[in-house]
Amino acid sequence: MQEDITVYVENEAGERIAVPVPTDMGLSLMEALKANEFDIMATCGGMALCATCHVELIEAPELPEASDDEMYMLENLPNLTDGSRLSCQIKVTPELDGTVLRLMANH
Amino acid sequence: MPYAQGRQHERRLPFRNILSFMSTITTDICIVGAGPVGLFAVFEAGLLKMKCHVIDALPQVGGQLSEIYPKKPIYDIPGFPMVLAGDLVQNLMEQIKPFHPTFTLGERVEELQKQEDGSFKVITSGQTEVNCKVVVIAGGLGSFEPRKPAIENLENFEGGKGVAYMILDPEHYRDKRVVLAGGGDSALDWAIFLADVAKELTLVHRGTTFRGAPESAAKVTSLSEEGHMKLLLKSNVTEVHGSEDGLESVTILSDGAEPYKLEVDAFIPLFGLVPKLGPLENWGLELEKSAIVVNTFDYSTNVPGVYAIGDINTYPGKLKLILCGFHEAALMAQSAYSFIYPDKKFVLKYTTVNGVPTI
Repeated sequence: MQEDITVYVENEAGERIAVPVPTDMGLSLMEALKANEFDIMATCGGMALCATCHVELIEAPELPEASDDEMYMLENLPNLTDGSRLSCQIKVTPELDGTVLRLMANH
Repeated sequence: MPYAQGRQHERRLPFRNILSFMSTITTDICIVGAGPVGLFAVFEAGLLKMKCHVIDALPQVGGQLSEIYPKKPIYDIPGFPMVLAGDLVQNLMEQIKPFHPTFTLGERVEELQKQEDGSFKVITSGQTEVNCKVVVIAGGLGSFEPRKPAIENLENFEGGKGVAYMILDPEHYRDKRVVLAGGGDSALDWAIFLADVAKELTLVHRGTTFRGAPESAAKVTSLSEEGHMKLLLKSNVTEVHGSEDGLESVTILSDGAEPYKLEVDAFIPLFGLVPKLGPLENWGLELEKSAIVVNTFDYSTNVPGVYAIGDINTYPGKLKLILCGFHEAALMAQSAYSFIYPDKKFVLKYTTVNGVPTI
């Protein structure tokens, strides 16, 4: 079994909440956040179709580029930032260890 | 593209509103939501000879399956190794045909009134009134509503004072100064359309590219180059200003520039649709995280005679699966039967033995 990695969710007060995430379950970042009871709707279940799992990556490793489907959804958002991604489209891998993000869907 | 469908929905709605008039329907069960679980509830109720009327805010049946992912495969419906979401909806419609359900589509449920005789009246946004003995909420994630940007005081200018989230009548914007915001194909299509209609048109887009519809994007770029409209990329509207009479100007912030005020008559943010629970929140139902709390004995809510099935309900161990919604519909139906006919004995009949009854 691989060791869990840690992802940090920054809240509105600027505090970073450590979230342990297993890397051997084939999870997406959205699924990991949901499993840790963060307030994410993820309406479409992970198909890059609703943008209710929108996050802003503040510190993150180089990730595979967003697909056209994901970019289309992101461009449609009022609160798009340079670090915007749909968390359902990010696979949890060991490289993600130490990533810091903000939840953007409820803003 | 999913939001292209959302856009058509926005455009089709006004005509539907014009055509629809106040109507009254009387039925046994009023089902709120025409998604797969709402449709299958018609079947389970029909087996017990209870008639159903189904209401949905979308202009077509199928809920998310039709609106968001009609061409996506589903692999966990028993008996179907794979079924396309759109096909599952069609099959359900075929399956419930013998029970002659009636539908009100393109109208959102607004009010639930308890009548003196214990029955209910459900009232929609189109003033349709449904008199029924039992209400079944199969509302999925709620109804799809426009996604609103977080701009202070924006709501002060809603309702005809300059801010709108969908374009009901483009003629309303003739010879007006209009700012559109958004980067999806809804924003692009309306920019192209309104370029000829508005006196001044500005499209404000947060990003630098438009991936949804390259042809529309090219058209908007050329309209902007020819001076028929203004296209502001890497920009967003940060403030709205005006008086009690209505909107007067917006503040636009472009990347690397000082914010500036632009005098406008209308500001239309077009950021797609997002599901909201909507007026159901005020029906006196016990809620937990935007879901309706039910008793797993029969999926009844805290209001006797009102049930909640499918993705909209919650209980310990809840799984948001179509499969589970179907099961919930079956248990709901037998309980609804006992609620409507307290003196009759419920007898489970198998379709294999008895076939499908007609009502």
